[in-house]
Parts: sequence; C-alpha cells; structure tokens
Amino acid sequence: MDKKQKIETMTDVMKKFTSYVGKHLPDDVTKKLIELREKETVPIAKTIYEAMFENQELANKLNVPCCQDTGVIQFFVEAGADFPVLGELRQIFTDAVKAATIESPLRHNAVETFIEKNTGNNVGTRVPWIDWEIVPNSSSATIHVYMAGGGCTLPGAAKVLMPGEGYEGVVKFVFDVMTSYGVNACPPLLIGVGISTAVETAALLSKKALMRPIGSRHANPQAAEMELLLEKGLNELGVGPQGLTGSSSVMGVHIESSARHPSTIGVGMSTGCWAHRRGTIRINEDMTYEILTHKGAKI
Amino acid sequence: MKKTLTTPIQDKDLESLNVGDIVFLDGILVTCRDVPHRRLIELGIKLPVDLKGLAIFHAGPIVAKDGKGWKMVSIGPTTSMRMEKFEKEFIRQTGVKLVVGKGGMGPETVEGCKQYKAVHAVFPGGCAVLAATEVEEIEKVEWQELGMPEALWVSRVKQFGPLIISIDTKGNNLFETNKAAYNAKKKSIVEDISSKVRFIK
Repeated sequence: MDKKQKIETMTDVMKKFTSYVGKHLPDDVTKKLIELREKETVPIAKTIYEAMFENQELANKLNVPCCQDTGVIQFFVEAGADFPVLGELRQIFTDAVKAATIESPLRHNAVETFIEKNTGNNVGTRVPWIDWEIVPNSSSATIHVYMAGGGCTLPGAAKVLMPGEGYEGVVKFVFDVMTSYGVNACPPLLIGVGISTAVETAALLSKKALMRPIGSRHANPQAAEMELLLEKGLNELGVGPQGLTGSSSVMGVHIESSARHPSTIGVGMSTGCWAHRRGTIRINEDMTYEILTHKGAKI
Repeated sequence: MKKTLTTPIQDKDLESLNVGDIVFLDGILVTCRDVPHRRLIELGIKLPVDLKGLAIFHAGPIVAKDGKGWKMVSIGPTTSMRMEKFEKEFIRQTGVKLVVGKGGMGPETVEGCKQYKAVHAVFPGGCAVLAATEVEEIEKVEWQELGMPEALWVSRVKQFGPLIISIDTKGNNLFETNKAAYNAKKKSIVEDISSKVRFIK
C-alpha cells in the first residue's frame, strides 16, 4: 500500500468509525447503565431508564445517531512517532468528519465564531478538534473519537485554588458543579477531574479522564481512593437520571493529574452525559485496525 | 391513565397538572432554542410561526431530505436553562402553552408559567430516536438560514412523550425542589470526603 492508498484507507475507516460511535454506546457505558438500572428503586427514574434503553434499541434498529447532538467532533490521538501518515492526520480527520456528516447523518454543529454562521459540514477553524500525544518508538496510532453534546459540555469548569484549600477544595468544587449545572447535563454522568497547575492543564486532563474506560483507576493509590470517595459521595446525592432523583448520580469518577506548581492547585471538571459516545480505535502501520471500545463492531 | 394534551392547548387543560405528572402530546410541536428566543425578545423580530396554544421544543434536530420534504432522524431536548433569560417574556408574547426541554428552568419561567398559564416539561434527554419516532411529519421549516439546529422545525407529533411536568401553573418547580434536597445532603458528604483527602501535610 502506498502513502496515497494509506490516506484513503484511513479516511474511510475514520469516517465509518465516527459514524458508528454516534449510534452505539461503548461496551463499558452500556454495562454500567444496565447495572445502574437494575439497582434503581425510584419510580420516575425507572421510567427514564426504560426510555433510555428503548432509545438505544431504536437507534441500533434504525441505524441513526442515538442522540441528536453529535457534538463538535474531537479526536484524542496517541500517535506513534513512526506512524506512516502522521503529518496527514488533520486532513484525514477533516475529510472523515465531512463524509460522516452526510453519511451518518450528523447534526451540523460547527458555528464559525464572530462570523456566527453554521458551516453546515462540522468542519471549521480548528475543528474537528485534535489533541496530540506523540508516542516514541511506535508505528501505530490509538485514536479516541468523542462526541460531547452541548448539554454535557455546559457544566465544564476550571479554576486555580490556593494550596491552603487543598484537595478538600477540589472536593467542594466537584460537588458544587454537580449540584448546579451537572443536574441538567443528562445524568448519570461520567465525571472527569483534572488536578494540575493551571486552568488549561487541569481542564485538558479532566477531558482526558473521560477517555478512560469506566471503572479504571488512577495509578496512584491515594488518587484512586479519591475517585472512589467522590463516586460514592456523588451517588449519595441521589440526582438520578435527568436530575429527577434516583438511586445514583454518576457512572463513575476519573481523576487525571500532573505534578503541580507549589503555589497553585489547578482543578478542572468535565462531564460526560449518559449517552457517552466515546470510541477508541487502534490503527496499525499497514492500516489494519482494532476497535477497542465496541466488541464485535462491524463498521 | 395516560394523559394527553392536544394542540391548541387551552388554559383549563393545564390547570389540573402538577409537577411530576407525566403527559403526552398530540398536535403541533415547534423547535425553538437560543437564537429564535433572542431574535424575538432582544431584537424584536417577529417569529414566522404563530405559537398561540402550541408547544415548543428546546431542541435542535438531525433532519434529512426526503423527496421534497424532510424526515426527522433524531430529535432530543437541549438544556432549557439557556432560555431562562427569555422565556417569561416569550410565553407572554407568543401565547405558547407547553415548553418542552431538558433539565430545569428558573424563577422567571416559573413566574411566566403562573401568570400566562403555561407549563414546562422534560422529555428524557438523549432519547432522540424515541422522540423522532413520535414525529408523524415535518410540516415546514422556517428560518432555515440559522442552520439545522437553530431553524424552526414545525412538526406534527402523536403521543409525544413521556413529558414530565417540571413547572406547573401554580408556581411549583420540580428541579428547584430537587436541587434544594441535593444541596441539603451535600455539606455533610463534602465534609466527610474532605476529612479523608488531607494529602497536603
């Protein structure tokens, strides 16, 4: 396969995968939702879970996006430094998104700022959004495709705490976001928390936390413990599906962190709605691929 | 018993409804979200659809061309709170009777619903294909220049729901009641977790 063929093949794969991610929830999310539905005791919450599962069946049957808000498409890329079409990835993602917009179809969600016009094809300045990590001594690429609707994007927040506020300040921040904006963001939510130095580093880490499989734990035992404490505590609020009360509030809490400046604690929070449309695909040097999030998926 | 509201909705149809009730809609439902609200209230531009007695849906759908017309592909609710700053005046000016969206709305909308007899209801968020199957036909589209999400899509719906009443005509607001309960629980939970994360020593 020459380079041109590789570009064409990968564009086609990414188009089909992006389209697929908008129609089918990843296995970890479905498993968690089944678990939460089985545990649910509040009647109104049960009614809503029923509608949610009926919706997913219909989306599958009719082959259409399960939620109308297919987001501004984001790609979180862990690219091998030797991946053969590294320099062509932006063009590949852009073409894939344009094609998926028609084929899926996806909602037109790219509004050019200041001009304030919808581009009509989900492509615009710096959109689709790409986040890069370069992996040394690798020739494959692992790509997370993420579709966040406006609803679960709205609660996103970041601030810089003084060290005196400590991790206790992080806990308060997370709960304040959850009980205000989080209620309207289509719970049960997946909560991503970034702990770092500044707003932008913490915010980015909080979004990356949403790319992890539900229930995976931070490598540091104290951080892992904090994830579990936050999850348990948020569930005790009983926000329930759609914020209308229920036996749980979240699908999970993931923390991602970096070393920090001694004078600051940057904290960020991102929320993923119950329809957490995240798909992970690994593409090899020869353009063969493996879908990691949706077992048995045919794209 | 399944309760159904049919457009044009009369004040008396709404008076017996309470927050938490579940209803379904038959009739005309018009998508209307951020920009049309802003156009009417802040810019004074008249809406191209007469909403008197009808229902609006805070939603931006996915639609597909279907011959000469349009087909509803996927249409779930968007966050209603974004329309809070406009909704009381919007209800007064348009005479809309049912506002469907997701999540709660605030005190201004509560006041508007009480004064001009309207209700806010929640369609379960993310259940966009379920909603699309309850749309019989897209009758027309207005303000299409605003793009797919913001245009006014005028649809005829049948047994559209479940719609959970979140603001009734009597001044009750289900989400405010719920939020007060969440906040009441919050303090002791936060204190408990905080005592276990004193990592800076």
